[in-house]
Amino acid sequence: MRKNPILRETSHLLIPAILLFGLYVQFHGEYGPGGGFQAGVIFASGIILYALLHGIKKAEKIISLSFTKTLAALGLLLYAGTGVVGIFLGGNFLDYNVLAHEAVHGQHWGIFIIELGVGITVTTVIISIFYSFVKFNK
Amino acid sequence: MLALTVIAIIVMRNLLSVIMLGSIYSLLSATLFVRLDAVDVAFTEAAVGAGITTVLYLSALGFTGKHQMLTRKNHFVAVFVVFVTGAGLLYSTSDMPAFGDPNAPVQTHVAPRYIEKSETEVGIPNIVTSVLASYRSFDTLGEVTVVYTALIAVLLLLGSNRGARQDKS
Repeated sequence: MRKNPILRETSHLLIPAILLFGLYVQFHGEYGPGGGFQAGVIFASGIILYALLHGIKKAEKIISLSFTKTLAALGLLLYAGTGVVGIFLGGNFLDYNVLAHEAVHGQHWGIFIIELGVGITVTTVIISIFYSFVKFNK
Repeated sequence: MLALTVIAIIVMRNLLSVIMLGSIYSLLSATLFVRLDAVDVAFTEAAVGAGITTVLYLSALGFTGKHQMLTRKNHFVAVFVVFVTGAGLLYSTSDMPAFGDPNAPVQTHVAPRYIEKSETEVGIPNIVTSVLASYRSFDTLGEVTVVYTALIAVLLLLGSNRGARQDKS
């Protein structure tokens, strides 16, 4: 890494922009192109770029493999849990209309939460797969 | 352009160049999707196909080495199956409705309802998101489960726990 000052400095400029763009795609998916899947991939690519340049050890200090494994399950749980909450509030599984006092409002909430679940799962799954590949190679 | 890239991928023996060409192929398909006004699909193709898949292939290259082994055998059966399937697919496309035909089944089934009712029922401007996350949220739940299952499979195969692996060997 010390040998490549150009790569290091460029990555320092790029990584915050990539992470910010990932968040933008995540939370703007209802208005423009994008959503949880794309946002997750973009966010993960920011972390992977960091891991490629600084080594897996430094990257694991920020986000460790056990942390991403847990979060991947939690994201999926968030998605399915939203569906179950719909059942408890008197609707069908994954029925968002009952999540708020008004149907359209509930839809907003539902889509926001499940997209968040998708984003979390995709980000952490990709980071974990990348980590396991790199660790196995060592 | 797409065809040229594919031919190059077939001919090349250096796996690193093949991976790079695969990334270029994804990027070219992404531009094709933009041309067809499918920005969401193009976005995914560019991010997943051209970006992440390439990185994963590159890290997988560490297992395999950089060059493809030359096989001496000629796989006549394989070539035959590929050509028959390709011919069948080409033949069946002649029965498909013309591109952009307003009377095609895909335009008359549920699409008009989504387009007309999405604004009042779901209330978000991006219809793709409203179909994906609301009308078809069961499918999306399935997709996320597939992604999660992929992680489980990778962890089972590669074994993230190095200590356990060393114990065995």
